[in-house]
Order: sequence, then structure tokens, then C-alpha cells
Amino acid sequence: MKVLVGVKRVVDYAVKVRVQNKSVDLNNVKMSLNPFCEIAVEEAVRLKEGKHADEVVAMSIGPKQCTETLRTALAMGCDRAIHVTTDLRTDYMDLQPYAIAKIFEKVAEQEGTDLVLLGKQGIDSDCGQTGPMLAGFLGWPQVTFAANLEAKDGGIQVERETDAGTETINIPSLPAVVTCDLRLNEPRYATLPNIMKAKKKKVDTIAADSFGIDLEAHNEVLEVFEPPQRQEGIMVDDIDQLVDKLKNEAGVLA
Amino acid sequence: MFRNQSSLRRYANRFISRSSTALASLNRPTEIDVQELLKLLNNRPNGVLVAEDGVSEDLTRYNHDWTNQYKGNSRVVVRPQSTAEVSRILKYCNSRMIGVVPQGGNTALTGGSVPLDCEVVLSLEKMSDIHSLDPTTGILTCDAGCILQNLLDFAAAKDHLVPVDLGAKGTCQIGGNISTNAGGSFYFRYGSLHANVVGLEVVLANGDILDMGCTTANLKDNTGYDMKHLFIGAEGTLGIVTRAALLCPRLPPSRCTTLLACDSFDNVLNVLEIAKKSLGEILAAFEFIDGPAMNLVCQTQSKPLPLPASQDCPYYVLVESHGSCAEHDQAKMDKFLNILYEEDYVVDGVVAASLEQMNAMWYLRESCNPSCVSSGYVYKYDVSLPIPEFPRFVEELKEALNDRTFCSLDYFNWGHVIDGNLHCNVVCRGNFETNSSLRERIDRYVFEGVEKRGGSISAEHGLGQQKRKYMAKLHGSETLSKMYDIKRLFDPNRILNPGKYLPEDCR
Repeated sequence: MKVLVGVKRVVDYAVKVRVQNKSVDLNNVKMSLNPFCEIAVEEAVRLKEGKHADEVVAMSIGPKQCTETLRTALAMGCDRAIHVTTDLRTDYMDLQPYAIAKIFEKVAEQEGTDLVLLGKQGIDSDCGQTGPMLAGFLGWPQVTFAANLEAKDGGIQVERETDAGTETINIPSLPAVVTCDLRLNEPRYATLPNIMKAKKKKVDTIAADSFGIDLEAHNEVLEVFEPPQRQEGIMVDDIDQLVDKLKNEAGVLA
Repeated sequence: MFRNQSSLRRYANRFISRSSTALASLNRPTEIDVQELLKLLNNRPNGVLVAEDGVSEDLTRYNHDWTNQYKGNSRVVVRPQSTAEVSRILKYCNSRMIGVVPQGGNTALTGGSVPLDCEVVLSLEKMSDIHSLDPTTGILTCDAGCILQNLLDFAAAKDHLVPVDLGAKGTCQIGGNISTNAGGSFYFRYGSLHANVVGLEVVLANGDILDMGCTTANLKDNTGYDMKHLFIGAEGTLGIVTRAALLCPRLPPSRCTTLLACDSFDNVLNVLEIAKKSLGEILAAFEFIDGPAMNLVCQTQSKPLPLPASQDCPYYVLVESHGSCAEHDQAKMDKFLNILYEEDYVVDGVVAASLEQMNAMWYLRESCNPSCVSSGYVYKYDVSLPIPEFPRFVEELKEALNDRTFCSLDYFNWGHVIDGNLHCNVVCRGNFETNSSLRERIDRYVFEGVEKRGGSISAEHGLGQQKRKYMAKLHGSETLSKMYDIKRLFDPNRILNPGKYLPEDCR
């Protein structure tokens, strides 16, 4: 089984982002591997360790700093990497899920991929569209929001998260696209020996515009704004004051 | 207040029976005093908290330190909201010869922030306004009662860093940090509070307010004796810090954190040397945790050790860099790790790939103290030593205590190795009561071990109640005599934090 795993470089989830010029300010902001992609990488590496996958290829689309993110994926255990280079922003401002899925389609075909593992969404744009679109373009079966994945007789069995509980889906034969949810696994840290080994692993670069794909954004972002600031809570001294505030300030008591 | 004569008498008796020389010349607060103090705070509800027999405000949190080793008996807690109120309270207590214990977040480890007996506790918790942060100079002005975490958050939102950071940041207050000259994890990079406090407002025992470069804070000011330094680390014995101006550096946009496992202390020293050489100016923190402490933390906090290949390593090292350019720092960090790997200085290591992983690594380090405290009675020491002496010092202590006189003891060590600061902890597992003969014995060995190595018995935790008795051994009589002169100058009636810091003045 050949696995292709998506690795998106996004603003670190612990960073409090700021808006400047109608977009999220990315200057001097800590960027990290998208947490859902990290889970996808971990799952791919486990498939390899379980001898189900023969090769795990990590792929990232974005600026030159994406190689750092790819190195993390390689240090976690991916075999090699593909860096699709572009200076377009990948957080929906320039490059959007349609184009991203198209690039993945090309690479999956070139690579002869059997299983594409992606995060269920990027935490920057929160679209969650790339996986489903990619499955559509390729005409492959898909499972979204994977919470458990097992390789089974040449196929996979995936438990997926739904609002009502979990749903177990059996895909008897590959290829397939799976998007990974939070509970699927707990990703490992990149250890020093593996970081050193990762330096020797191959990273191929391909320019995004060499695929002959329409990279234009077809959806226009009208506005980006920070959530309104919540007023700080106050401490009241006693019950009377609380009741008074609920009546006269909050207006929730008659 | 005291509801009847008998409860007042019991209260008075307790005071007399427990009074020490430090309290001998002081008065206990009476009901009338409580009324007066309340008036000084404009009769504000909850301005003064009073414990009564039976029905009481629970004053435990003001009377006990968080490790439950030091317990006072105060029945009066005053909570001023302004410097003027602090001044009025001190003036009154000074005239009435009532002892006053200034208190911040009460996270101290040497008993400096809890009363010995029934002194009045002056809590700064209601003075928590952050006044300003000048974006050009980085000078932040705030009240003493600001919780450190709130300051860090406030500064971070304005792209700045508060130059002191420690595990207790969610509870401790900046006034307490300054009064104890707290060090913390980034001392090496950002320097001590003596370097970063550019202005201080202090109220003296007689109520005088000294504004030492607080209202008009300058980065450079060479006019007059720089008295603010006397109050930094004085543990509230000379005056009460009410406001401060702190120099805050810019928030480093690039941070790299790595956790490494070493099979010997020599290799910890090797890693330190390489870190200083190859990380250079971006090196911000270099901490160590020994194997037993790391195992204890993982156990009590139910966290897996992030280094799978290094179970039972004797030493773990946490290294962090702070810089302004991620690519530059990454290159340096790569070089650093490369050398460690090639030279076999580390058994294993992990690099944080996200802020979450960074925080997880710091969580391990910052959980050392709470994990120890939850596992048994902790005989806690905070010493400065020549760095290569760390393991021998601990070994000698173990040998000295290993004669079956005492229940089985565990040793957990960690600290700011780059500052030569070892936190050495002897823990009686499962036993939460102090054993005074054991304490005396450990005290003796620690003191001797530190003395013969030319170290310090208090690197950053202060003297408090625990270590003041050693002052006479640590400083010559001339030096100590001048310290008493200074104490007399600022607090002639010795009402401020009595029984702490300096030993009794016998003259």
C-alpha cells in the first residue's frame, strides 16, 4: 500500500491571531504543522510500522518554509516528501480547496497512491473541503472524520465520528481518501535520532504552476475580522449585589 | 469581631504562649484596632476580614503557605485598594506596635509570607491594576497585587514579555516576586529583577510613601542613592512594595524548545557548553530535571514521558531559545542538535513541533514542585553551587542520611542549571508531618555542603522563616550590623514581617 499524506503549514493553534489588511497577519507568527495533518501523519506512520503500508509520502503545498513542516513529518517517520511550491497564501486568501484538491489529484495519480490521508480540516481556513473534493475528482470512496482506522484484507475499516456517535465503514478495496479527526491517535514527538535521519530523506519540489491547473481563487473573501472582545467578568461581594446586578444590569430577573 | 470576653481571652492566651522574641515587643490587634482599621478603609465590606471563634471567615489561605509547612494564627486580614490605604494602615499599626505581614499570592517556599502568630496580614490582592506599557521603552507600570500570569498576558497582547517567569505564575503576584527577588526560568536570558525593576513605590512602616522612579520611570536615572534595590528581595521587612515599573523586552516571535535525555551529569555539562557556544545569544533557558523527579512528575500528573527511548535516564534537560527570526534560530538549533547527536552527548531528545508541545514540555518542568508536595513532606532546599558539583552534593547528602534513623527518603532534584541553582528536595513519601530532628540533620548537611563549596543556601527562594538563622554564619558582623542599621532606619519598631529574614537583633 502506498500512502500519500497531506501536511499543511498553518498558524500555530496556540497563537492569538491578529487581523491586518483584511486578512490574518502572518508576519512573525509561529507556524506549525496543522494538528489534524499531524494526526494523519501519525496514522500513516503506524500503517507503515504495522507493515500495512510500503511507503508513506508526505506532501505540502506552500512557500519554502514548508520544508520545515515536511521535515517534521519525515522525522515522525514518513519515507520521503513532495513540496509543491507556491507563494500564494494557502489559508483560503489565495489558494482555495478546489485548487488544492486538484494538485493532490495530480500527485496521487503520478505517485500511484492507494490511500490518501488528510486532516479533516486546516485550522486556518476551517473549510474541511479538500478531502471530499479530492475523492470526487479521483472518483474514489472516502471516509471523513476518522476516529479509528484498521487495514483489513487489502481494504480498510474506518470508524467515523458523527453527531450521534460513531459509524463504522468498510472499504473492501483501495484506493480511498480518509480525513482524520482528533481522536484517531496521539501523535508522537519528533525525536532527535529521527530528526537526524530525516535530514537524509528525499524532498522533491514541484512548482504549483507546473501542473497546468487553474490556481485562481474563485471565492472572494469579503471580510476578515477578530471576534468581538468579551467583557471581563466581575466579582460580586454578596448575594444581594448579585441579585441586584441580575435585575438591573443584566435584566434577566424581573 | 470577638463575640465575647472568653474568646478574646483565648485568643490573647494563644498569642502569649506562642510569642517569639520577634513578637515580644508587639501588640496583638484588639477589637478596637479592627474597628479602626475598618474605618481607615472607609468601612468597605470585606476590606478587613476577621476570624471569630465558631463562625469565622476562613483565613486559612492567608495563614498557611501552600505546602502547609508554615502556619500562622492571624485573625485579621486587611485588603487595601490603594497606596494611600496601605499608608494609613501601616501608620496606624506602627503607632499601635502591631506586627504586619505583607502578602502577595502566598506561593513562597520559605515561610516569608505567612504570619508567625497573630500579626495582621496585609494582602495586596485588591491592588491589581495594570497602569501602562510604554511601547517605545517597554516600561510597564502596575500595582503590586497583579498576578504574574495577568501581567504576562497583558504584555503579550502588546508584544512584550515580563522579564520574570516561574511555575507559580498563575497565583504569585509581582509585588511578591519583587520582594523576594524571584529568579525563575529565564533569569539567564533576561537577568534579575534588580536589573529589570526601573521604578518602585514603597510604603514604609510609618506610612511614608517613597516613589522611587515609579511615576516618572526612566531607563537611566543616576540621581541619588538607588534605594529601590534595598526593597528588592527584602521580603517586606523594610517596607511594602505597592507599585512597580518593570522593563519588559519584546516578545520573542521565535521560540524553539527541546527536551533531551542525558546518561550522566558530565553530559549535561557538555550539552550546556554546546548550548552556550552554538545557540549563543538566543539561549533563553537551560533547566534540568533528574530521573526520579521526572518519573514522579509523569506518575503524579499521568503524563507519558515524551522520550520513548530514554526510560530511566538519570538526567533530563530542557533547552529553550528566544529569538526574532525563526529561520535563523532554526538553523542554530539544528546545528546545536547536530553536535549533540554526533558527539553522543544525549541518549535521546525531542523537539517541540508546536506551541502545544512546548507547553507540554514546560508543564513537566513546572509540575516538579507540586508533584513533590503532593507525594509527601518535602524538605526543600534552594542552593547555588558550582555547576559540576551538583551530583556530588546530592550524593553526599544521600550518604549522610542513609543510616536507617529515618523512614525511607526519596530525593528529587531539578533546577536552573545554567544559573548554578539546584532545587534539592528530600521527600518523606506518604508522610505529611514534619520531623524536626530530620529537618535539623538535613539542614546541617545542606549548609555544610554548600558552605564548603562556596555556594549560597538561598539562590532564589529567599530566607523567610526557614533560613534566617544562618545569616550570622553567612555574613560578617560588620555586614550584618549595617543590615540592622538599615532595618532600624526604615522600620524602627520592627513591625514589618517580624521574625523573618534577619535573625533577632541582640544588641
